[in-house]
Amino acid sequence: MKTYDIVIIGGGPAGLAAAVGAKNSGCDSILILERDKELGGILNQCIHNGFGLHTFKEELTGPEYAARYIEKVQQLQIQYLLNTMVVEISPDKVITAMNGKEGLMEISAKAVILAMGCRERPRGALNIPGYRPAGIYSAGTAQRLVNMEGYLPGREIVILGSGDIGLIMARRMTLEGAKVKVVAELMPYCGGLKRNIVQCLEDYNIPLKLSHTVVNIHGKERVEGVTLAQVDENLHPIKETEEYIPCDTLLLSVGLIPENELSLEMGNEMGKVTNGPIVDESLETNIEGVFACGNVLHVHDLVDFVSSEAETAGKNAALYVNGRKAKEKMHLIPIHHEEGVRYTVPAHIHPENMEEKLTIRFRVGEVYKNAFIVVYFDEQQVFKKKRSFMAPGEMEEIILRKEQLLDFPQLEKIRVRIEKE
Amino acid sequence: MEKRELTCIVCPMGCQMEVEIQEDNRILVFNNTCPRGEAYAKKEVTHPTRVVTTSVPIKGKNKGQVPCKTKKEVPKEKIFDVVKQLKRVSVELPVFMGDIIVENIAETGVDVVATCTVKEEKES
Repeated sequence: MKTYDIVIIGGGPAGLAAAVGAKNSGCDSILILERDKELGGILNQCIHNGFGLHTFKEELTGPEYAARYIEKVQQLQIQYLLNTMVVEISPDKVITAMNGKEGLMEISAKAVILAMGCRERPRGALNIPGYRPAGIYSAGTAQRLVNMEGYLPGREIVILGSGDIGLIMARRMTLEGAKVKVVAELMPYCGGLKRNIVQCLEDYNIPLKLSHTVVNIHGKERVEGVTLAQVDENLHPIKETEEYIPCDTLLLSVGLIPENELSLEMGNEMGKVTNGPIVDESLETNIEGVFACGNVLHVHDLVDFVSSEAETAGKNAALYVNGRKAKEKMHLIPIHHEEGVRYTVPAHIHPENMEEKLTIRFRVGEVYKNAFIVVYFDEQQVFKKKRSFMAPGEMEEIILRKEQLLDFPQLEKIRVRIEKE
Repeated sequence: MEKRELTCIVCPMGCQMEVEIQEDNRILVFNNTCPRGEAYAKKEVTHPTRVVTTSVPIKGKNKGQVPCKTKKEVPKEKIFDVVKQLKRVSVELPVFMGDIIVENIAETGVDVVATCTVKEEKES
């Protein structure tokens, strides 16, 4: 059986940055396992620009951003296997994988970094009635068809869901000559970034209908149209507002699900909101030596944050392999997400094991204007930051400092909440 | 005096800016968080520009696509001309990131360059 210090599951942005982070922290025995035929993951099909403003201080397209990290991985001589699917990871970190050349193989690792990313919510998750005609795609599938394979999935398009991929595809399909009739969003706010509403919808006069959903898909062999309806405050469709829109294609951009089958099977504890593993300050899961980063941990908006998170996971995996202090006897403090905060990553921390600064990332549950992010150590308020605008579609972050935490040796819980004026 | 509200698209923060165009054509920008936002707002109310990203086919049947972009921003009203001209273009392998695919696309003075290196057909 082959043995490595660190095996990274997935060669997308998270896996690549984790590998770079681990190598730069002194680990030389690293293997990346990637199921696709090339490294880079979803970035390869994200040919639009807007990536890298934080990481490289310039605006790159997805393939350009991926290439920067792929180059680093190659320069650092980090090993990787392509076309290789991981089918199982045992709790004692034996990885079962397979590919067409070597068949089934077992690889033993001292540390594992989970970086499998996420997948799109499919039609089946939505309970829309109607037949199963051709012409219904997830936005990411359409993106792959158009950008990588050169097929246009349809000419008259309705997009359900206002996630970033849906907005990006509204523009992309328009440029390719299709007519995007409407983007419908169930919630009263957009699911994607504001800049994408401007540059993908408003630039092309594509209407965005908030509080609207598709209640019926028409057509038996091929999509012929959809029925759109407004929804009330309980998200129930309002019969009188139903409207028939002829179209040949329905794109779905209705959320992303972290791809955690492997994590679940190996016994990782999962967050109910994130659907990703519960991690501590090292991005380490409940299984010692198993780390998680990127969209498998929680769905991100920006690849730049995936990269920085993943480098942290890589660094911590290297520290673990090189014999860091055991954590069992360290004080573990839970982070409670309260009023308005849906979750936090990490979900608990060992202050003793922290670096000087720790970034806590989270999402809010609704749209807030001129509200405050407030942090309490037990009952004492220690941090308050005003935000003019917050929405569920845009991830928030706060920084915790180690010295601040060490002043509270008896601390029972850290509380993060949103307070209005 | 004309007032306009703009959402900045320079970075993901998406600042909600207010722009005032004075009688003497001076442009004042409010609520931007950085100088790039101000520059964007001034450009957006005078001559808006965008980087266009798209993909062009690799020569041969069903060989896949090579992604590309305009190397700099082009006038917004030229976006469709850029894409239209690229519809008639296909490329031969190998293509290297940064290779010029079309010079001076749609008379904009801007080149279209590949954003990915494709050396050979990828085994699937």
